[in-house]
Parts: sequence; structure tokens; C-alpha cells
Amino acid sequence: MTSRAFPLLCLLPLAIFALTFLALPLARLVLGAAEGDAGWGVYLEILRTPRYMTSLLQTVLVSLAVTVAAVAVSTTAALFLVRNRFAGRNALLSILTLPLAFPGVVVGFMIILLGGRQGLINQLTPGHVVFAYSVFGLFLGYLYFSIPRVLLTVMAAAEKLDPALEEAARTLGAPGHRVLIDVLLPALAPAMIAAGAIAFATAMGAFGTAFTLATDIDVLPMTIYTEFTLSANIAMASALSVMLGLVTWGLLLIARSVSGTSIAAGG
Amino acid sequence: MREILKSPGRLLQLVVTLLACAFLLVPTIMSALAGITANYFRGLSSGLTLKWVGEVWALYADSIFLSLWLAFCCLVVTLVIGVPAAYALARNPGRTSRIIEEFISLPLAIPGLALSLALLQLYGTMQGFRTSWTFILVGHVLYTLPFMVRSVLAVLAAIDLRTLEEGAATLGAGPARRFVDVVVPNALPGILAGALTVVTLSIGEFNLTWMLHTPYLKTLPVGLADSYASMRLEIASAYTLVFFVMIVPLLMAMQWASARAQRIAS
Repeated sequence: MTSRAFPLLCLLPLAIFALTFLALPLARLVLGAAEGDAGWGVYLEILRTPRYMTSLLQTVLVSLAVTVAAVAVSTTAALFLVRNRFAGRNALLSILTLPLAFPGVVVGFMIILLGGRQGLINQLTPGHVVFAYSVFGLFLGYLYFSIPRVLLTVMAAAEKLDPALEEAARTLGAPGHRVLIDVLLPALAPAMIAAGAIAFATAMGAFGTAFTLATDIDVLPMTIYTEFTLSANIAMASALSVMLGLVTWGLLLIARSVSGTSIAAGG
Repeated sequence: MREILKSPGRLLQLVVTLLACAFLLVPTIMSALAGITANYFRGLSSGLTLKWVGEVWALYADSIFLSLWLAFCCLVVTLVIGVPAAYALARNPGRTSRIIEEFISLPLAIPGLALSLALLQLYGTMQGFRTSWTFILVGHVLYTLPFMVRSVLAVLAAIDLRTLEEGAATLGAGPARRFVDVVVPNALPGILAGALTVVTLSIGEFNLTWMLHTPYLKTLPVGLADSYASMRLEIASAYTLVFFVMIVPLLMAMQWASARAQRIAS
């Protein structure tokens, strides 16, 4: 066997697997979307049906809110953890990255424990405070799994910041908030954009958390799930999936080109 | 620490960090406690018990074993497919390799729900395959393979593979021999990090599995969803506790191995 042929042979199992279980199924999904009564017009039907548009709008709004909140909280925590060394720092870091391995359903259950009928908040407050199954509960669930993803991306960038820049600004007399606005945030902007894109894409596609919490809320993954299982409207479920897949993939591509990182979607 | 408390800005950062930690940690502690509390409504004063964990074992032991078996098989398949592929990609860096890497990473970017619909539409009618555990395995491999390939590729890309291989070749080693004796030992940190990631993600995978599973093949996370919907809170919590006990050490080992591999790769 020649030296050139061997690496190609090494690629063969991957090529067979990726073709059989990735390329062909995805092609089938795209074609399947057009196999309904409306043909390729199925995408127009999405735009014309208020139910799908409401679901789409609701998903985008929740995802946007989660993105803003996760970037704000995680950037603050990331800056704090990178710039301060103290006892217990590693413990805090471990806690903040803990949810990385939690499936979306478990995240949903965590929110039920906080805001469900038997939840912590309902026990601690007078009256009846149950929010786990509302849009706010969904927001908290998405925030729960977004914090670690954003934190890791921003921290990686914050660790590479040159401390000399900050020192120079301080020597020139800049107060703390000016250093933050004029030096730190611009330097972290690419990482924050990338992390935000990751958080947004993950929230858009999150199924497990929505499955546990959003029994009454129409977010896109739940709409796709209902179309497929209950209505057996396979063409519409496929079309919505294609649309969702293109959006999340595009966003993560942007995230990668901005900062060179990528963390898996999930939740 | 005293220095932190002096500046109001830092104090605010500390408060935000601690609040975020509490938000993430408090429900996990509640879940762990609820799983070993005799009666959650009456609180810890009702006493601690392993009764609920025992009931979880009676109800869901099959799903736990199925998840472990799937994770093991997923690891074997990703090793067999991923390690040689990463080697091939590292040997021929360039546009084609990047496109291949990008393509097999699609399952990280496309929601699991969409992927599972794609698999179901193409293979859903093949009854023997659709109803077997290998159908779920395909989903898990699809989702975890990019982690294995990238992890090994990152380590291989950082070492001078060509020189090492040329050295081995002058000593008379053929391509397959060089792969086993030179490439694999050098890639070990990446393989270890990839392997731990694959097992951790496979055990926790829900989004694809929920669509691909059958009533007779429930994995651990599918069982969790089942218990959240239909069991009393103590059992759901005890089951979550069992999951935490499995996944948290794996996550920590994975983070340790990934950091180690990254140090070698950079």
C-alpha cells in the first residue's frame, strides 16, 4: 500500500457514515418538505399561517431575551473570575459550568423545582407564585443552560486580554467604568458576539427544556414536534425543521468566523 | 478578598457571579435532597431515606443499563470512525479537509429534533432497523462524532506528524504500522478527551433520542422525561440524583482531559 492511499483509506469509514446517516437524511428532509399538498409553496404557507408566525416570533423573542441576559451575566462573571484570584474561585467556576452536561429535560426539571407548584419560590413566598410553565419559566430554563456556554467563550477571550491596556488606561486617569466601556468591552466584543450567537442558536433549537416546561407555549421546536407527532403533517414539520436548521447553522457559522470558537447546541 | 470588597464595581461583579452560581446550584441541591427525603412536602424533618432511589432502580434500571451500553457502543464506533479520519484530515490539511470537518460538524449546529426527523423520514420504514437500539446508536454517533474528530485533530495538528512518520518510514514501518505505533500514541491525550466527551454526551442525549426511541427502548434521559411527567416528585428527584452521580464525575474528568489536550495542542 502506498503512503498516499492509506490516509484516504482512513477517511473511508467516516465518508460512508456521513453519507448514509447525515447527507442522505438531510437531503430527504429538504425534499420531504416539498412533498405535501403545497409543494415548495410550503414555505409560503409558513408565512401565511398566523400560528406558525406567532410561534416563530415567540421563539425569536425568548431567544433574544435569553441571549441578552446570558451575555450580561456571563460576561460579568467571566471578567470577575479572570481578574481576581481568591479561595473558592475554582469552585465557583465548576458550579458555573456544571449545566454543560445536563440534558434539556433535566434543566426543565430544575426550573420546576424553583418555580413549580411544589417549587422553592412558591414555598418561600406568601400567595401562589408558580412560573415554571410560563414564558418566564422557559426564559429561566434557557438562561440556565446558556450561562456556561457564554461564560466559557467569553472567559477564553478575557484570559487573552493584555493587562497592560487596562493599566495604561488607569495611569492616564480613567475611572473604572470608563476602563470597562472604552477598553475591556471593545476588546471582548468579538467573543461576546460569538457567545451571543451561540446562545441564540441554542435557545432557538432547544427541545428538551421546552418539552418539559412549554406545555402551553408555542415555541418552534414544540410546534415542529406537534406537527410531526399529533398532526402527522410531515411536510410542514420538515419545512419548519429546515428553516430552523438553516437559522441555527448560519448563526453558529457567524459565531465561528467572528471568534473561532464553537460550543455544541443542545438543551 | 478584602480588596474586592473595597471597590463597588467589583462588589457588584461578585454579587452577580454569586447569584448566577446560586441560580444554577440551588435547584440541583434541592433535587438531590428531594430524592433522599422521606416526604418532600413535610421537608427534611420527615427523615432521610434511600427508598426512592430503590424505587428508581426497580422502575428504571433497564434504562440506565441501556444508556451505559449505548454510550459504550457509541465510544467504540466514534473511535473506529473518528481517530483514523482525524489522522487523514491532519495529514492533508487544506480546503477539502476543512469542508469535511465542517460537514460532519453539522449535527452540532442543527437541532437534534430536525436531525431525528431527517433520519426518521429516510429510515423510519425499515422496521427491523427502526425498532432496534442501533437506530438510537446512529443518532448518538452522529451527535458525538464531531467531538472525537476535532479533539484528536487538534492534538495531531499541533505535532510535526510528517517528520515523525518519515522517521518511522526510514526505519521500515509501513503506513498501517506507523498509524498504530506513531500516530495513535501521540494522539492519546486527544483520544482520551474525545472519549470522555463522547461518553458524557451520549449518556445525557435527549433531543435525538426522544424521537428515535421506541417504548421498549428507553434511555436514561428518556426515562427522566417520563418520571418528570408521571411520577411523584421524590422519585423524579431520586432519578435525577442517580443521573447526577453518573454525569458529574464524567463531566469533571472530561474538563480535565480537554484542558490537558488543549495545553498540548497550543
